[in-house]
Amino acid sequence: MDLLDAIFVQPFADMAAAPDFLLQVLWEGLVGGVLYALIALGFVLIYKSSRIFNFAQGIMVVFAALTLVGLYERGVPALIALPLTLAVMFVLAVAIERLVLRPLVNQPDIILFMATIGITLFLIGFGEIIFGGENKVMITEQLYIPTGSFLFEPFGGFVSIEQKDLTAVIGAVVLVVALLVFLNKSKIGRAIRALGDDHQAALSVGISLSTIWVIVWFIAGLIALATGIVWGARAGVSFALEVIAFKALPVLMLGGLESVMGAIVGGLAIGILEKLFEIYWGQPLLGGNTEAWFAYVFALVVLLFRPQGLFGEKIIERV
Amino acid sequence: MTLATTADSPAAEAAETILEVNNIEVIYDHVILVLKGVSLSVPRGGITAILGANGAGKTTTLKAISNLLRAERGEVTKGSIVFDGAQVQNLSPNELVKRGCIQVMEGRHCFGHLSVEDNLLTGAFTRRDGTAAVRADLDLVYSYFPRLKERRNSQAGYTSGGEQQMTAIGRALMSRPKMILLDEPSMGLAPQLVEEIFEIVKQLNEEQGVSFLLAEQNTNVALRYAKYGYILESGRVVLDGAAKALRENEDVKEFYLGVAGEGRRSFRNVKHYKRRKRWLS
Repeated sequence: MDLLDAIFVQPFADMAAAPDFLLQVLWEGLVGGVLYALIALGFVLIYKSSRIFNFAQGIMVVFAALTLVGLYERGVPALIALPLTLAVMFVLAVAIERLVLRPLVNQPDIILFMATIGITLFLIGFGEIIFGGENKVMITEQLYIPTGSFLFEPFGGFVSIEQKDLTAVIGAVVLVVALLVFLNKSKIGRAIRALGDDHQAALSVGISLSTIWVIVWFIAGLIALATGIVWGARAGVSFALEVIAFKALPVLMLGGLESVMGAIVGGLAIGILEKLFEIYWGQPLLGGNTEAWFAYVFALVVLLFRPQGLFGEKIIERV
Repeated sequence: MTLATTADSPAAEAAETILEVNNIEVIYDHVILVLKGVSLSVPRGGITAILGANGAGKTTTLKAISNLLRAERGEVTKGSIVFDGAQVQNLSPNELVKRGCIQVMEGRHCFGHLSVEDNLLTGAFTRRDGTAAVRADLDLVYSYFPRLKERRNSQAGYTSGGEQQMTAIGRALMSRPKMILLDEPSMGLAPQLVEEIFEIVKQLNEEQGVSFLLAEQNTNVALRYAKYGYILESGRVVLDGAAKALRENEDVKEFYLGVAGEGRRSFRNVKHYKRRKRWLS
């Protein structure tokens, strides 16, 4: 009886008793969720346009952040290091298309997947040689990201919102909206969606695969940089950051590998749910640290009932 | 056509022939020989048909021309393809579309999740002449296919087979082609619709000056609209001629048009066509 009470009654009683704390938890979850969504978006874009599950997405986050901080450490002003890092990500995209994707075109998916593992290993080694392997601090202030925090006092309690988290959320929203507009309104965006639908037909109307691939990998690099800045500002820049990419896996299972909306909603859902679960169920019942596994178990349960994910693209089939 | 005339003056020939395929051989996966020396030519402003049964090599011929073969691990190992006066067998499909040769694939291949209008607009990917010109061509396509205008905002995957075929042809038109390679446009469509599609092909040919090379199993319809035809059998051209002559040929009647001459004939009496353009290629 106690157990049932602790599962079904007590958590909700706690939420009702301290609504300000609940808000704080939701906010924290939202910030985490935004980051998961961003990483998942990188996966989705590449998968949609080239059917490659890009194992290197996580290390691209690290590599982008590392390049930014590394350039700054070498005396490049922060505001110049930022576009310079973008240029590096562009060169990376071109190099990947030329050296990895083009020679492997028409190979089975699994081979391309292995190739992205190769890219991962290369980036780890290359990053270490150039920038060293020790932890670095993200240059938050130099990029003019505010670091204070806002205090609110709803329901008689108080909620604190860190300004850099707020900046991250706003930045992510702007990025995502820009991306959606780009995908839906521009010629290149239309070609990316077309490529996701029917590879052969896209070729037949003259869509150039190499152009689109470079663009898509560059966008993935851009997203990686944004994620790297935000996550680096919270946890420092180190190769351990790579593992947050694995947090995107349950998001992808939830959202479906092909759906931009799925990645966003899935990311937010997992971010918020894992925080809620940790605070209200995990800590009192399981001794905490449930965030490490909650997302995976949650995705597993969802998959049992909806194998295509919550937002997997409907397969249109005509008989 | 003999070797001598080909060698004569390539420039003069380019003016009347838009596409010339010389004795090509196609191998899939390095082992499967599919085309064993196919030669054909399409006059500028003409409609030419490739006819033949399943597996004769019609689609492969078209894909060899548009160079979509490479995406299926096929390659042209011998022979040459000349489009609009230039060798094209090593160009990417993207480059070919830019030069004005585009394929409409068998089975329509619309982008199912994109709206009909977005499908049409993808056809303009290679164009660099600005939004206004593309918009104007969109209206032109809608004038040929009024039905697409009504359905412009529906997802292409949910439109009917006929509408998808129209979308696919319209999408090709958006690239401003000189020539369209049309693969099996009648597939899975009701006879009335087939007629409608072919009528539009004819109009496009006459009004827009687009040359067509079409692969068809429906010999009857194809020979009514085409001006010239090639009959393919297991990777070889076995017979070619003006559409009218083919329509009246006894063997074509019997094997492809389903009109029996005088009762059943013995296979021993069937004439074997062996006509292959053979020179060093």
